[in-house]
Amino acid sequence: MANNYRYIGKDTPRKDARDIVTGKAQYLDDVRLPNMLIGKVLRSPLPHANIKRIDVGRAAALPGVHAVLTYKDVTDAVWGIPNHMKLLDKKVRFVGDAVALVAADTAEIANKAVELIEVEYEPLPACYNVEEAIKPGQPQLYDQYPNNIIPQISKLLQNVVKGDVDKGFAEADEIIEGTGFYECFPNPLPPEPPGVVAYWENQDKLVAYVATQSLGLNKYLAQPFFRMADTQFIATQCGGSYGTKNANLTPIGYAAELSKAARRPVKIYYTKEEHLAAYSLRISCRINARVGIKKDGTVTAVTGDWFVNTGSGSEAGPHEIAVGCGELQLALRCPNWNLHSTLVLTNRAPTGIVRGYGGQELESSILPIMGMAMEKVGVNPVDFFKKNFVRAGDEYFWRNGKKYVYRGVDFSPAIDNGAAKFGWNEKWKGWGIPTSVDGNKRRGVGLGIHCNADVGEDDSEAWVKLTADGRALVLVAVSEAGQGQRSSLAKMAAEVLQLPLDYVNMSFPDTDGNPFEFALVGSRGTFTVGSAVIQAAEDARRQLLEKAAPVMKLKPEELDTVDGYIFEIENPENRIPWRKAIGITSTILGKGRFNEDFTLSNFLMTFVEVEVDTATGKVTLVNVLNSAGCGQVISPASLEGQLHGALGSAGLDTAIFEGGMLDTSIGRMVNSNMIDYKWRIFNDLPHFDNITLDTPMPSHRFHAVGVGEIATSPGPSAVLMAVYNAIGRRIMDYPFTPDKVLNALGKTT
Amino acid sequence: MPDKSTINLVVNGKPYELMIGKDIIPSDTLAETLRNNLGLLGTKISCDRGACGTCTVILNGKAVLSCTILTVECDGMSVTTIEGLEDPKTGQLHPLQQSFIDHTAFQCGFCTPGIIMTVKDLLDKNPKPTEGEIKQALSGNFCRCISHYEVLKAVTAVIEGGEYGK
Repeated sequence: MANNYRYIGKDTPRKDARDIVTGKAQYLDDVRLPNMLIGKVLRSPLPHANIKRIDVGRAAALPGVHAVLTYKDVTDAVWGIPNHMKLLDKKVRFVGDAVALVAADTAEIANKAVELIEVEYEPLPACYNVEEAIKPGQPQLYDQYPNNIIPQISKLLQNVVKGDVDKGFAEADEIIEGTGFYECFPNPLPPEPPGVVAYWENQDKLVAYVATQSLGLNKYLAQPFFRMADTQFIATQCGGSYGTKNANLTPIGYAAELSKAARRPVKIYYTKEEHLAAYSLRISCRINARVGIKKDGTVTAVTGDWFVNTGSGSEAGPHEIAVGCGELQLALRCPNWNLHSTLVLTNRAPTGIVRGYGGQELESSILPIMGMAMEKVGVNPVDFFKKNFVRAGDEYFWRNGKKYVYRGVDFSPAIDNGAAKFGWNEKWKGWGIPTSVDGNKRRGVGLGIHCNADVGEDDSEAWVKLTADGRALVLVAVSEAGQGQRSSLAKMAAEVLQLPLDYVNMSFPDTDGNPFEFALVGSRGTFTVGSAVIQAAEDARRQLLEKAAPVMKLKPEELDTVDGYIFEIENPENRIPWRKAIGITSTILGKGRFNEDFTLSNFLMTFVEVEVDTATGKVTLVNVLNSAGCGQVISPASLEGQLHGALGSAGLDTAIFEGGMLDTSIGRMVNSNMIDYKWRIFNDLPHFDNITLDTPMPSHRFHAVGVGEIATSPGPSAVLMAVYNAIGRRIMDYPFTPDKVLNALGKTT
Repeated sequence: MPDKSTINLVVNGKPYELMIGKDIIPSDTLAETLRNNLGLLGTKISCDRGACGTCTVILNGKAVLSCTILTVECDGMSVTTIEGLEDPKTGQLHPLQQSFIDHTAFQCGFCTPGIIMTVKDLLDKNPKPTEGEIKQALSGNFCRCISHYEVLKAVTAVIEGGEYGK
């Protein structure tokens, strides 16, 4: 869409681009503080055990060791949703759980000390899947959670219950039941491992360098955990997050406790093995669902039991369930629901915040059942979703259990445009029918959908400071984890103030020098932080013109500003530089605030074409097309990158080859290294197109909402549909590895 | 290995002498030495097991994984890291660096130094590679944000621009 903006919708270099390509960008492991110690963690070899005896004497006596901590020594504060995870406990709950912490002069000494800690365990039986875990008599992970079930949180949307499902099923032409499994336990696996450098500035103030996508959230969550001590979080450049580096209090707690004990700064930096085996994974899902559908594709009722396996701890499980329940209603218009969730603990690594956040997991498991229903009535999935995704005026329950009415744009053209560019009508031959067959090679197409009203979640504040030299500083507690958000916010401020982009800088990303900010989650940055920045820039501009008015002997409304000058609109040659309005010993500070708004959504439909080799069982991704709806695009190149991200970070490829493999005889992850854990490589790329529907969104001055987070979400169910169409057999448990494909084809014994 | 107490390296054109037992220990990898002794933090370590390409540097004219090479093996050798690409006098960026900026060929940027060094090695030897050859050269470089497509565009633009190797 053509526009008259100076920066919005145009590609400008990322503000941090030069630092990234020259190696100067400072990531977590590049933080080197004077007297800094290295922290290491002793991890459990057993999936479930009580610690009967622990002796740190030999470790503590090793020269160069400055602190050794066990559960006896650290805070008993708990975190997670609900709060239940301790930093160290008398019992271990998965292979890799923390047993003790060491801080030493070097990593070598710390590792040596870890080996010198003597532990005697009382092994306990372990369970890994939800069916086992909730049976009576099973080992209990936490005393407070009988049957390993975490109780529902009443303030959150934990179930979707509305209408009359009996009536809905009575109205249905067909009723379908099925079970979907999204139980691959993938790791989003950012290249930079998790890490923290922390020290106590004084007894009441913790300072922590964090690699995070959500600087503000660290303070919000950590301060209560540290008994309301003051906290200052400082963001380094973040080497990938994909949700997992929001505010994980486990490594933060390790560094903080070791630093308190050693009275020196401590760095915790996970090895890749720890990252893969002992850091937050994506939640796992299984759903038994029943769907009523009419011949025209109208969904009349949805019921189901949704079991979420959260591993040995839940960083955000109930919240992810809440968002998933909300998102499914946006994708699937239906008057009658009874969908019930159960959050279950097992002896796997804890799960946490991951891109897709409940919706990807729920959709990946339930949309295939919806596909069975579509097949039963012979509806094309393009037509089905065009009929059933959210429209202006539709009501839905969002994550807080409250009802909202969607007021955004119609995304139907995004489906039409995507289908046309992908060639859906030519490639779609019907359910279970391949697009083409060439010997052993059978091609099939599929699609998936995701919408998220969290684009307006939570609150943000921003300040914009104008200085006499004609520059602006945008003060927000926003870090950079790859989305280009800091650069896009600078563009918004530059657009409002009509300054050269080089004259708009972003503040140092910490929580002391900036106003309140929640987090860069749920694609919220564009709408929420963007709104606050726009408002702050407008407020600063208003003050600037008010100050200039008496100097120029005009009214503020007769003035405008460009490139650091204030001019008379009717006579642009009559102008003064900012310094004459502001004064060289003064500043102007504009303030902006955004309050949570759940009435808009973004949109993404992913179309895929796969080729299945029926001789080998290999599934090859041939073609991907993302059709996104997010209003006015702010930064096209950054958006393009985010949408390509569909293939990374535990996204689409969880349907093809990706996942964490557990040896359930010993509870140990067998592929916790980057050779055995599969990831997409440069010479295995599908053809990939992204298109956007940029119909202006009623959000803020620039009519945009974010969409980056959800790039990973529609992919898995799209691949499932495509594989089914290619081979005519529906495989319901991800990923579709050659063994499962051959099994489905009856080619294994 | 000869019995030596010092290791001599030339890194980005600058000579360094490192004493074994004082500056480095025999188990130090080249990646650790670059980062911890020479302060060249642009070389990133991700898997530390030779699987992800993040720590790629050019050693005696060949792209290597610096996490899998011991510093004591590098005596007398020459190393180029990401810090060695821009012109030290003018600050002008290497054409690959400029093209990565122009094409936003990164998201989080953590894998970028390793990718640029891998491509530099390829283009040093083969200034006109096919797309297949570029992909093959990069097959060991992990990028989880999925900036692969933008990287290929950035590299192709450098090749087509003909400014490489002038």
